[in-house]
Amino acid sequence: MKASAFAYARATSVVNALELLAVYGDKAKVLSGGQSLMPAMNLRLISPEFIVDIGELAELRGIVVKGDVLTVRALTRHVDVLRSPEIATHAPLLKDATSHVAHPAIRNRGTLGGSLAHADPASELPACMVALGATVIVCGPRGERRIPAQEFFTGIYETALSPQELLVAVELPVARKDSTHFFHEFARRHGDYAIVGLAAQSTIVGGQFTDLRLGFFAVGDRPLLAGAAGKLVNVAVTPEVLAKASAILGEELDPQGDQQATPAMRRHLAKVLLQRCVSRLLCRPDLQSGEPAR
Amino acid sequence: MTRTPEDRAAFSVLDRPNSYIGKTVPRPNLDRLMQGRGLYVSDIELPRMAHVVFLRSPHAHAKITGIDAAAAKRMPGIIAVVTGQEIAAVITPWVGVLSHLKGLKSAPQSAIAVDRVCWQGEAVAAIIATSRAAAEDAAEHISVAYEELDAVTDMQTALDPTTSVIHPALGDNLAFERNHDAGTVDAVLAASDEVVEAEFIFGRHTGVTLEPRSVVADWNAAEARLTIYQGTQAPHMVQNIAALHLGLQESQVRVVCKDVGGSFGIKVHIYADEMATYALSKLLRRPVKFVADRVESFNTDIHARDHRCKGKIGVKCDGTITAFEIDDLTGIGPYSMYPRTSAIEANQVVNLVGGPYVTKNYRARARVVFQNKNVMCQYRAVGHPIACSVTEGLVDLAAMKIGMDPVEIRRRNLIADDAYPCASPSGLRFEQLSHHAALAKLIKMMDYDALRAEQAMLRARNIHCGIGIASFIEVTNPSAAFYGVGGAKISSQDGVAVRLDAQGAVVCQTSITEQGQGSESLTAQIVGSVLGVSMDRVRVILGDTDNTPYGGGTWASRGAGIGGEAALQATKELRKNILDVAAAILQSSPGDLDIVSNSVVNVSDGAPRIELSELARIVYFRPDTLPPGIQAELMATRHFVPREYPFAFTNGVQASWLEVDTDTGFVKLLKHWVVEDCGTIINPQLVDEQIRGGVVQGLGAALFEKCIYDERGQLTNANLADYLVPMSGEMPDIDVGHVVSPTLESELGAKGAGEAGTAGAAAAVTNAVNDALRPFGTIITEIPLTPQIILTALGRI
Ligand SMILES: Cc1cc2nc3c(=O)[nH]c(=O)nc-3n(C[C@H](O)[C@H](O)[C@H](O)COP(=O)(O)OP(=O)(O)OC[C@H]3O[C@@H](n4cnc5c(N)ncnc54)[C@H](O)[C@@H]3O)c2cc1C
Repeated sequence: MKASAFAYARATSVVNALELLAVYGDKAKVLSGGQSLMPAMNLRLISPEFIVDIGELAELRGIVVKGDVLTVRALTRHVDVLRSPEIATHAPLLKDATSHVAHPAIRNRGTLGGSLAHADPASELPACMVALGATVIVCGPRGERRIPAQEFFTGIYETALSPQELLVAVELPVARKDSTHFFHEFARRHGDYAIVGLAAQSTIVGGQFTDLRLGFFAVGDRPLLAGAAGKLVNVAVTPEVLAKASAILGEELDPQGDQQATPAMRRHLAKVLLQRCVSRLLCRPDLQSGEPAR
Repeated sequence: MTRTPEDRAAFSVLDRPNSYIGKTVPRPNLDRLMQGRGLYVSDIELPRMAHVVFLRSPHAHAKITGIDAAAAKRMPGIIAVVTGQEIAAVITPWVGVLSHLKGLKSAPQSAIAVDRVCWQGEAVAAIIATSRAAAEDAAEHISVAYEELDAVTDMQTALDPTTSVIHPALGDNLAFERNHDAGTVDAVLAASDEVVEAEFIFGRHTGVTLEPRSVVADWNAAEARLTIYQGTQAPHMVQNIAALHLGLQESQVRVVCKDVGGSFGIKVHIYADEMATYALSKLLRRPVKFVADRVESFNTDIHARDHRCKGKIGVKCDGTITAFEIDDLTGIGPYSMYPRTSAIEANQVVNLVGGPYVTKNYRARARVVFQNKNVMCQYRAVGHPIACSVTEGLVDLAAMKIGMDPVEIRRRNLIADDAYPCASPSGLRFEQLSHHAALAKLIKMMDYDALRAEQAMLRARNIHCGIGIASFIEVTNPSAAFYGVGGAKISSQDGVAVRLDAQGAVVCQTSITEQGQGSESLTAQIVGSVLGVSMDRVRVILGDTDNTPYGGGTWASRGAGIGGEAALQATKELRKNILDVAAAILQSSPGDLDIVSNSVVNVSDGAPRIELSELARIVYFRPDTLPPGIQAELMATRHFVPREYPFAFTNGVQASWLEVDTDTGFVKLLKHWVVEDCGTIINPQLVDEQIRGGVVQGLGAALFEKCIYDERGQLTNANLADYLVPMSGEMPDIDVGHVVSPTLESELGAKGAGEAGTAGAAAAVTNAVNDALRPFGTIITEIPLTPQIILTALGRI
């Protein structure tokens, strides 16, 4: 379990990093926190010839609120997210979700940018980006691109990033005063990637959703912004309404099977999550009793 | 004679002023390990040391038709590439059988595969290089031509006539079969009010030591001597086997075992790649290091369990259990492991089922079959979790059937505490067990009635909690009956030498080993207590065949009971010798003197007479001042092995309290209790740690751990992301209580405690899950109890 030999450069600026990537293209890999890249290299699942270490780039650090926009730069570590008062206030969903990412040792190194660029479909953070309506900002040889989160994630470990580009930040709309959120995942052990998870953001007025964004993860090749949410907005949610939404969710999902769960089990658990989420957000325990919606 | 830990008055050798026995004292090796000054095999660097990496078979079963290593040999840093044929010139193959396991058969196994590979992960070539990375680079450039053969993977069809035979010379895929029939099973079953049957399924899992298996072998051609640095539980066994197969005398092999990062039975066997490493050092005449990486650990460290066991129990309406009957099937991979064999686990299952209970009617069959999967062998609590889960699962099913409380049915059937000595239906002899005292204590600790009330209350709120109880017996302190009688050179006795050095400190050499369980600590506690010196004066040396007495090492819960008794007896002798000299110096008589707090004192008034340092000064530097005829012997050696009973059985009972989320199939462990009886407790903290650690490994088996093979014999989760070890976040609080029934076979009275936790944990959890699911009318008898299995059983998916 030793990585094969590679060349290494520590980038001195974003511009420098982009120059290096322009030269080495897809033979190069960006090294951020290394918590996904290094294990893959040590298992020789990938053997990049060139490593561009962006770890020292101060310009990629920091969490900034300006007006209605919360900017989180790429090198923000998971532990920084957990400790940030700005995130606790303006994107509490992201904080909740991050506490489910791996373990303290990994959170001390792993970064938001790395996680999003890595695009593991079972990861919590891409789903948060989708649920929060984030914009991913990338820099490349032809300048900056701003990509809506929903278009950024394109498949298992696949994103809209090209090998010459760097993810530099994400922008999130600041959470509205009347908004609430829900985060839950089913994982065999604390810190494991989820079997199924849900990151949800909503606004509720008079006991009804006026807005509901449901970001499911580990249910397909990328995070899913569930259309089923549409059935629950601006209506009085009854068990029947919820059952309808659940049925629609079932049709939207195309989960994979693996050692933890068959597709049928994933679909079932996603529906349980939907029910628990709606019941919790609306403070309606009655929606959760009895058999889960099928 | 069962007593509470508080009254140990009878032990005069141990119950002395300032005794450390029964006290929690910090481990002497703690600071060294905490400061990173441990010395593990992977820390060892020798001049000219090379690193070996094994190229391993990607197929479960295949012929090797060619190996082309030319390109690899030309790569930077490569010293040699060695195939199975080439290494066979220096090391002979072996067959893992023992004569007392009648009918057990296996095929010759080589250090590196010759002509044929029999499991995915078997080594086909060794790449020796100046670094592990260079060897891994070269491994990618060796091309091996394989011709795939049928792989036997499903143990249920391994014996079918249509299934191909892995070793044609053996005739079939049956490695071992044992049958046992006691009492009148058919008649009593026919006369029972109810007969309940179930099939219990146990996943294959493995030990996952923090430190992987590692070896540095250093053949010194000038001395014609091989030094093996290895994290092993049994240094003298390794010495014997290495010498035997390399054509050396045992005196030409030294095994050094410094710090070991966990063993759990994984490191008590002889592995092909370790044998290859010894041979490579001899072949290349230089030190060679092998450190398994995590992926190869999963593919080559022994796996364990993997049983399908059909069980039957008969019961009367009054709760009397009339009979047990089992039919167990287990698959062990392509070879029986060497030298302890892979038949022991199934043999144990036959021995142990029904063991805590009174009934004498018992029929069992166990069959052990070959498969093209990684080798299987003894891992912590060998056979016990299977036997306990089957027995206790059946007892709960019987109770359920007749509508009796699970505690009550056990009360009515467990062997009475005053019925000893007696024997089990399989013929195991029990000296003294304490099932009822243990159960009573457990019920009190967990407040059973209150917990049942809470369960009912929660159930009304649609929250499904369960209580599971599991009584168990455990084999400890094995005599030669385990291996020696079958012809294996695995010592069941241990030896300890203690000496007083020139400043009155004590050096103690013991043949037991330390893998983190506290062997060093308990030995120092015994020596310090019996001699009358403070523990900081006692230095314990272990793990070196050149520098310790001959002995078995540490396995089968034997270190404290056997090695501890040897330490006690050796120290008693040293104490006597010291008092003889002291009497001569002080012109007193030995009977009037004692040693307390590092000084010789008067028995009568406790007044100090001479410090041990002063006594040692006189003995070593001024022997001329001693009376004529006095020759001091300030070193004493004693060995010990139990002779009366083949095994010192212990017993205990565990309980689990958990919640099942019936919507998701997730199990939340809320609390776990254990009451166990390991006889004399030398260090309560060490015992409790052993119990808790053992329980956690049992909980891993119950809920998480499984080596998942596909139908072609590929291990599909050979990494720590996909193979789920139990982690602290999911573990409940584990309360441990004790009943103390010392064995009278030794003065120390200690039995083993290392495996008790693992023996019963999974059974308690499974019973608790079934208790929780009772309103749903479903019974699950398969572990690990994954959400997928539970949801399926509930008909939710
Ligand atoms: C035991 C363990 C458990 C884990 N559990 C979880 C979990 O439960 N949930 C979870 O979400 N994650 C989990 N992770 C992964 C962890 O969160 C990683 O930190 C994260 O996925 C990657 O972040 P990183 O900074 O370490 O990226 P790296 O490993 O450095 O990089 C990951 C990939 O992204 C690319 N990359 C990194 N930064 C950039 C950038 N700025 N621009 C372009 N490309 C870039 C790299 O080239 C590489 O391909 C776990 C990891 C481990 C080791």
